[in-house]
Amino acid sequence: MIQADLTGTSGPAQRLGRISLRDRIDMYVVAARQAVMEQLQYRAANIMFMVHVLIEPVIYLVVWSTIARSQGGEIGGYTAAQFAGYYIIWTLVRQFNLTLGPYAFNWRIKEGRLAAELLRPVHPIQVDLGYYLGYKIPQTLYWLPMGVILWLLFKPEINPDWWQVLVFPVALLMAFFVRFCFMWVLGLVCFWTEKVDALFELYFATELLFSGRLVPLEVMPAWAQTISGFLPFQWTFYFPIEVLLGRVGLAEFGWGLLAQIAWVAGGYALIMLVWKRAIKRFTAVGS
Amino acid sequence: MNGIKVSNLTKIYKVPEREAGLKAAVVSLIKRKNKDVRAVDGISFEIEPGEIVGFLGPNGAGKTTTLKMLSGLLYPTSGELSVLGYLPQKREKDFLQQITLVMGQRSQLNWDIPALDSYDLYRAIYGIPVDQFKQARDKMMEVMQLGDLVKKPVRNLSLGERMKAEMVGALLHQPQVLFLDEPTIGVDVTMQRRIRSFIQEYNQERKATVLLTSHYMADVQALCKRVIVIHHGKILYDGQLSGLVDRFSAKKTLVVTTSDLNGQGPDMNVYGAVVSSEANRTTLRVDKSEAPQVTARLLADLPVTDLTVEDPPIEEVIESVFATPSEETP
Repeated sequence: MIQADLTGTSGPAQRLGRISLRDRIDMYVVAARQAVMEQLQYRAANIMFMVHVLIEPVIYLVVWSTIARSQGGEIGGYTAAQFAGYYIIWTLVRQFNLTLGPYAFNWRIKEGRLAAELLRPVHPIQVDLGYYLGYKIPQTLYWLPMGVILWLLFKPEINPDWWQVLVFPVALLMAFFVRFCFMWVLGLVCFWTEKVDALFELYFATELLFSGRLVPLEVMPAWAQTISGFLPFQWTFYFPIEVLLGRVGLAEFGWGLLAQIAWVAGGYALIMLVWKRAIKRFTAVGS
Repeated sequence: MNGIKVSNLTKIYKVPEREAGLKAAVVSLIKRKNKDVRAVDGISFEIEPGEIVGFLGPNGAGKTTTLKMLSGLLYPTSGELSVLGYLPQKREKDFLQQITLVMGQRSQLNWDIPALDSYDLYRAIYGIPVDQFKQARDKMMEVMQLGDLVKKPVRNLSLGERMKAEMVGALLHQPQVLFLDEPTIGVDVTMQRRIRSFIQEYNQERKATVLLTSHYMADVQALCKRVIVIHHGKILYDGQLSGLVDRFSAKKTLVVTTSDLNGQGPDMNVYGAVVSSEANRTTLRVDKSEAPQVTARLLADLPVTDLTVEDPPIEEVIESVFATPSEETP
């Protein structure tokens, strides 16, 4: 028989009642730290992933720079060097707006991880938020040498004012929040059906087209630009890139930031709405 | 203080159903057929605070469904239930802070980092004061003999090591109610014993209520005075573990040892069914009602040097209960 006092405490371990803001911030910090530790475990995999992430914009960069040069040096208001700038910033924005994908959400349900998370006194989205904010730290560190290499190779033209450099992190962070919300909503679809691949791919294709991920929106036809105005995607790629390129004025930035805030609010409201129904379904049919 | 109260609890799942073959597949595209499956069928029981109860039943009996309803992961179809005075399916924060559900086949720890780091996240999630957390964590790790295992990424741990680490993680917030679904599954005997003594000590120290499912009777015998047996969603038995044998076993086992008969002994089959026989020692199975007469006859007929009358092993009793179709069980 082990004589040690098992819990070492006599009172309840936890404080019942509302979780304080301090506890909440502590939780974000711990979740963020966990993401950093996890990412540092997989150095080789991260470098491979980084290379994979770089291939996509480098292809776009080479194609559009070539087209720009063949069109007399400019297309849609972008010179070849500005295209280079656009896609190099693209790589940083991409690192920053990475978040929990819907496939990972599906895995989480199937593995029973979500069931365990539902039995904790904190909404799973809160832990995810802290985790994916922390995820940016190693990802940005991994990006730095790649960004320098791309800069030296493609000699981009980037002309931001000092204030544009200052507000860029805000636009970048908000881009993450917008994408985080909508990816979460997409993940919630997994509560209704396991065969979600077609829907996810449709979503990613739409995002590719209307976010500025494939090509700057100015280069797209007018109808595509109009459609993108009604969708959240441009605020996750195009907007922060344009801010650091120095192509967004102060007023335009203000409106853009408001749009990002509105999409985050809308996305969060949508999560809460769908979440209630999703949980009702989950608790009716089990995992 | 409130424990667990369950009254007429029922859970019906709607399960898609279709015949095999291409035609049925095409038909199911247009017209879906569902079948109602009563996973839990009107069960009632009460568990007092601090009690450890074994929840037994074969696969598909409704054990895990019941545990999920009690922990708030599943809405019941009908019936009433209360855990610590809370309605579990509302999953109120105060309720969640006082319960834990451990599923032996599901991992809750992050596989990519050491368990120690996952514990820290649990601390933050449950808002446990740092000093209190460290004290409880270190004591639990000591009792579980986790040592440096908590510093390895969880994916590098063996199943038994992982399970011990999972148990500590699940109890760090010191819950008052433990729902343990096969906590020792796939774990070797030494680890099983360690996990059992951990549960026992936690229960004694915190006066925590424990509802445990396990296919290992050693777990149940070591931990539970009371068992609830569920089969086909219905409760077959709720009472003392010792009473289970009286209730369901109509047989007794007699082990008789005689002095050397030089091959001249009688045919032992006349006394009862011979289970095994070696040298001068024979194991017989007889009807419970006939055990006294058979014992007397054995003593009168044979030069008996030792005789024991035992109940059949609990595994055997449980097995025979589960093998019985639901309509026939008493």
